Amino acid sequence: MKKICLTVIGLYIGLLAAFSQTVQDSSYQKRRLKIEEINLVSSYYHQNGEHAAVTGGIGSQKLTDLSNSLEVKLIRLDRQQRKQTWSVDIGLDHYTSASSDKIDPKTVTSASYADTRIYPSVSFSRENEKKGTEWGGGLSYSGEYDYTSIGANLHGSKKTANKMGEFTAKGQVYMDRISLIYPIELRDGNSPDPLKRGGGSRNSYSLALSWSQIVNQRLQVSFLLDLIQQQGYLSLPFNRVYFTDGTVHVERLPDSRIKVPIGFRANYFAGDRFIFRTYYRYYKDSWGLSAHTASLETSIKLSPFYSFSPFYRYYHQTAIDYFAPYMTHAPGKEFYSSNFDLSQFSSHFFGGGIRFSPPRGILGIQHLNSLELRYGHYTRSNSLHSNIVSFHLKWKG
Amino acid sequence: MVGILLLTGLNSCQVVKEFQKNRLNDAEMVLGNRKVEKTELSFQSYREGASGANAGKSGGGCGCN
Repeated sequence: MKKICLTVIGLYIGLLAAFSQTVQDSSYQKRRLKIEEINLVSSYYHQNGEHAAVTGGIGSQKLTDLSNSLEVKLIRLDRQQRKQTWSVDIGLDHYTSASSDKIDPKTVTSASYADTRIYPSVSFSRENEKKGTEWGGGLSYSGEYDYTSIGANLHGSKKTANKMGEFTAKGQVYMDRISLIYPIELRDGNSPDPLKRGGGSRNSYSLALSWSQIVNQRLQVSFLLDLIQQQGYLSLPFNRVYFTDGTVHVERLPDSRIKVPIGFRANYFAGDRFIFRTYYRYYKDSWGLSAHTASLETSIKLSPFYSFSPFYRYYHQTAIDYFAPYMTHAPGKEFYSSNFDLSQFSSHFFGGGIRFSPPRGILGIQHLNSLELRYGHYTRSNSLHSNIVSFHLKWKG
Repeated sequence: MVGILLLTGLNSCQVVKEFQKNRLNDAEMVLGNRKVEKTELSFQSYREGASGANAGKSGGGCGCN
């Protein structure tokens, strides 16, 4: 009996020790910047099709892209106990494109066959939990052989008094610069650089507004509205357009485009095992393109720590006013394109993902919080099809 | 009509206390794109004419139309 009592007391003390918190004086400690999480996302993408824009709407669209990004998120509490979050992100893509190689078809494999894009960004936000407010901003850069972009954004959000609803506004600006690399037969030969013939710029301004609302313990929804304006050189200089009279020109599109997408999301947790993630978007722009997007993803929780998520996405768009296929543009038009990405089509994207988030961490490493693997197959009604494999590893501090 | 339905729907919202949000706070309940979808959104913005209203890029920043 004495032995049992001692064992029970021992267990009790052990439990107390396990659940008690160490007392630290530590307003100073709390305010130090610490790593909240690190996210590594990698993807492999492969596509093929028969309507390359570089060759005027015919030819191989074979392309592969290996994409990697690393994000480090740091947090600290300031003197007023507001949460400050710093995020540093760096992305690196390497791609090969069969159609880019046709900018100069005389070469066996040109410099444009492969390229690397690097895109670092940094952002900051400050959240006041008591007031239910958050504001922040960020800067980004993207650079590849013929394209550079500098972006800046500001955002702010405010929760309702009962914290069931939240309004968010985000303004973004991108200032882009594109080197005008024309198809070989359309170069004027006056530039000292054998490939580049000057540059074009395009600026994009967007305002994204959203309202998210908790409906009950299982359902939350959000409404999204973006207003986007683009100005400048909005064509791509290496896209050929063949006319009915046999002549060839470089794609020419208006120097202004206004886009208005409006979206709706609803996520519902059914029972203890199923999460339904739904999304719908309607889109319209000033080039005459309108589109519908609808998607459904169902996460099935095989256990609290493992889930499987099949998904399906449907997309349909009408063509822009300036699109016509290979050799069907009549001469005399002001604007013209044979880029099938801007033609009328429907697409289906489906696949599945698995997510592991074991309580002791991935491979028993406590800080490796979760691992997600995802595969998707994309098929478009005008011959393009692609496959993508992605993985996301999260380290949590 | 849609507005009336939305207003009626949102009017019926319940107040959910912090301790009742265990399902809403699930990582897969997030009202936005998950990190693993990052490249998917990128290729869709290249291969499709429409973009935006998905908390991703809505134009600019890439060599696409």
